Amino acid sequence: MMNRRQFCKNALIIAGGVSLPLAALELFDPKRLLAEKSSKGDRRWVFLVDIDKCVGCGFCVKACKIENEVPYEAKVSRTWVERYVITKKGETLIDSPNAARDGFTSTKIDQNLEGMKEVTEGEIAKAFFVPKLCNQCENPPCVQVCPVGATYQTADGVVLVDREWCIGCGYCIMGCPYGVRFFHPVYQVAEKCNFCYHRLAKGMTSACVDACPFGARRIGNLRDPEDPVTKIITTERVNVLKEQYGTNPQVFYLGMTMEVK
Amino acid sequence: MKNHVWRPLYLAIAAVLIGLIVRSFIVPSDFGAHERGYMYGWHRKSNEQEWAAIPVKYRTAKVCIDCHRDKYDDIKDSPHGIISCENCHGPNYDHPKNPKVLEINRSRSLCLRCHSKLPYKGTLRGSFKGINPESHHPQAECMMCHYPHNPKRPNPGQEVKR
Repeated sequence: MMNRRQFCKNALIIAGGVSLPLAALELFDPKRLLAEKSSKGDRRWVFLVDIDKCVGCGFCVKACKIENEVPYEAKVSRTWVERYVITKKGETLIDSPNAARDGFTSTKIDQNLEGMKEVTEGEIAKAFFVPKLCNQCENPPCVQVCPVGATYQTADGVVLVDREWCIGCGYCIMGCPYGVRFFHPVYQVAEKCNFCYHRLAKGMTSACVDACPFGARRIGNLRDPEDPVTKIITTERVNVLKEQYGTNPQVFYLGMTMEVK
Repeated sequence: MKNHVWRPLYLAIAAVLIGLIVRSFIVPSDFGAHERGYMYGWHRKSNEQEWAAIPVKYRTAKVCIDCHRDKYDDIKDSPHGIISCENCHGPNYDHPKNPKVLEINRSRSLCLRCHSKLPYKGTLRGSFKGINPESHHPQAECMMCHYPHNPKRPNPGQEVKR
């Protein structure tokens, strides 16, 4: 028989045990603590796009596809250029034929099911080109949703995909609010822009940056206050895409207007 | 405690132990939370090196200048001097070893990337000299009249031969 004192004692022990969080059972790992504290390294890659300088030649897309072995004829690309034509009626027409791999050579705008739309010079209020690529977000939602640890962020801010570990579930492709991820037709895993990580590692710049004749695309190190790109980002009026998602994107745009999505 | 109630518990514990042992063999030792912590840095560390080790294909115009000085001198002060050699001639890879020759692209579509007229006032593209590809000598190659390395000069002729 259990007396009152024993019952109270047992009840307290059980209640204590149940309320003990799983995390409390984890052993303290000084290496992990050090890693998290010292994550502010001396490099953080950021990108700067100057919309005013882009002419829609598409050399960046061509260079990207070849440099990163994304099948040239497949309708997927790590980077692309969008054309925005805003008419005087207030309509916004957007297209990106073949990700602008061959540039914009026609005045006709691809409106998918509605076909090719011809807009005459007199109807155009403004028109411009917007290059897009992975934003290498500070809070990347694509990384959070990966169930196997195949996609991750490096200390210098680039989000990479481990092709050996990716199981191709596609959660990250759905999770990216910018639509920069796609399924690689050859490797059958998630694929995305990584600022040409292999070129950065060799002290070069991204292939698209080298391919752009007009300097519309630039890459820099945010932790270096003398970096020309850092100077522009910290002193000029730059903007980012879809700020409201809280992803903290690290691709900055000069000359962006409200129509750009 | 030889009790039929406990036996399934032992089985469950054994299954978990086997799972943990198998896992320790499959998961590489460098897999874990790295610089960006558990939320963003949970990965196989050696994969970073695998990405960094990929060879470069577009090796930039710096590689071209040494051997093709004449072409460099042609283009450097022309309005086309801002265009990287590899944009039109394709990536260098290991040229001249592999490939031995790079592409000479004479297609109209190459020039039309910039010089197809788009009436976008106030933009850089709108200010370019452009043509309507359907009415401007549609059968001809641009290079029959224009010298691509320096568009300010007419084509000196030898560029046309194949």
